[in-house]
Amino acid sequence: MCKECGCGLGGDVKVGGPVEDHGHDHVHHHDHDSGQHHEHEHEHGHGHDHGHGPQTVTLQRSLMEKNDRLAERNRGFFRAKKLLVLNVVSSPGSGKTTFIRETATKLAGRLRLGVIVGDLATDNDAARLRTAGIPVVQITTGTVCHLDADMVAKAAEQMDLDQLDVLVIENVGNLVCPADYDLGEDLRVVLLSVTEGEDKPLKYPPMFHSAHVAVVTKSDMASAAGFDRNLALANLGRASHHARIFELSAKTGEGMKAWLDFLAEQQAAVKSGRKSTKH
Amino acid sequence: MHEVSIMAEAVRMAVETANAAKASRVVKLHLRVGTLSAVVPEAMEFAFDVVCRDTIAEGATLELESVPAACWCAECQAEFECDSFISECPRCHNLSGELRRGRELEIASVEVS
Repeated sequence: MCKECGCGLGGDVKVGGPVEDHGHDHVHHHDHDSGQHHEHEHEHGHGHDHGHGPQTVTLQRSLMEKNDRLAERNRGFFRAKKLLVLNVVSSPGSGKTTFIRETATKLAGRLRLGVIVGDLATDNDAARLRTAGIPVVQITTGTVCHLDADMVAKAAEQMDLDQLDVLVIENVGNLVCPADYDLGEDLRVVLLSVTEGEDKPLKYPPMFHSAHVAVVTKSDMASAAGFDRNLALANLGRASHHARIFELSAKTGEGMKAWLDFLAEQQAAVKSGRKSTKH
Repeated sequence: MHEVSIMAEAVRMAVETANAAKASRVVKLHLRVGTLSAVVPEAMEFAFDVVCRDTIAEGATLELESVPAACWCAECQAEFECDSFISECPRCHNLSGELRRGRELEIASVEVS
């Protein structure tokens, strides 16, 4: 396990096709001790490096391909289920759980939400949501600082997805690592609370850049926190010029309507088979 | 921050490649890392030593190639090097968010023996 930030070594999922999937790049082993002459079955007419020393094998593969592949599988599965899937990310304490709880509560009777919650430890967040009558599956990641596509696939198996319209994945509170892990979501929603400082988008550009939606939370505390709204919006715009921005307080309900309407619109698009727009 | 899991995947691929080549050892890994990929090279090196332990990649050399980030300027029809996701074109001063390079996390090649 990572001693720096708590990242784990990943799960035990083994995905990985043959290395030689396109007619070149393959290498032959020369068993020099056997005394056999080199008689290879060369199926391909191009040259190989027959040097007897170390051989270099060109791979040119993404180190994220395993997760990306599993994420695409999730995406196809969720699409077939006509589910709108959100990946909600933020730093710890930005109000993800309250935001999700209020979203689910206010949409009750209109859309059914289920939640997958990721945390390093405790199921406190899951309990808070469960108390509000929301179906929840908890992923306790132990030492892993982000959710990955495989964890989400396993958690989704435990949930009755046919009873849902929207699946919300509450990621581990962390603005760094989850940025690189596609979970198969339709929309990545990043939260920025007014108490965290306006420069978060500049400090963590990969996460804010990758988000389809940015939500400024705890707007009821803006003046107490001395929140500079214009600066925050400018910084959000610098990190991502495409993200749809909402400003709200889940606690007071201020600004929630625009967000809920947007969600309903996105869900309708998924349901009708129109691909969910990215923002 | 998640360098360990990324390195673990790189070493897994390298070992898989060595096995496929019926080689007994991984000698060197060549990775390409974009300057905007959100990983820290020093942490990659640290993680490398840890994840190589007790594998046929133990003792292998790690070559980290840094890939400078570049944006595409539609106005100038040209790339320019940048250090963030949205940057100003040094020629026409328009903003561009079309990142062409800099997010790489790739295993370019593996040397086996």
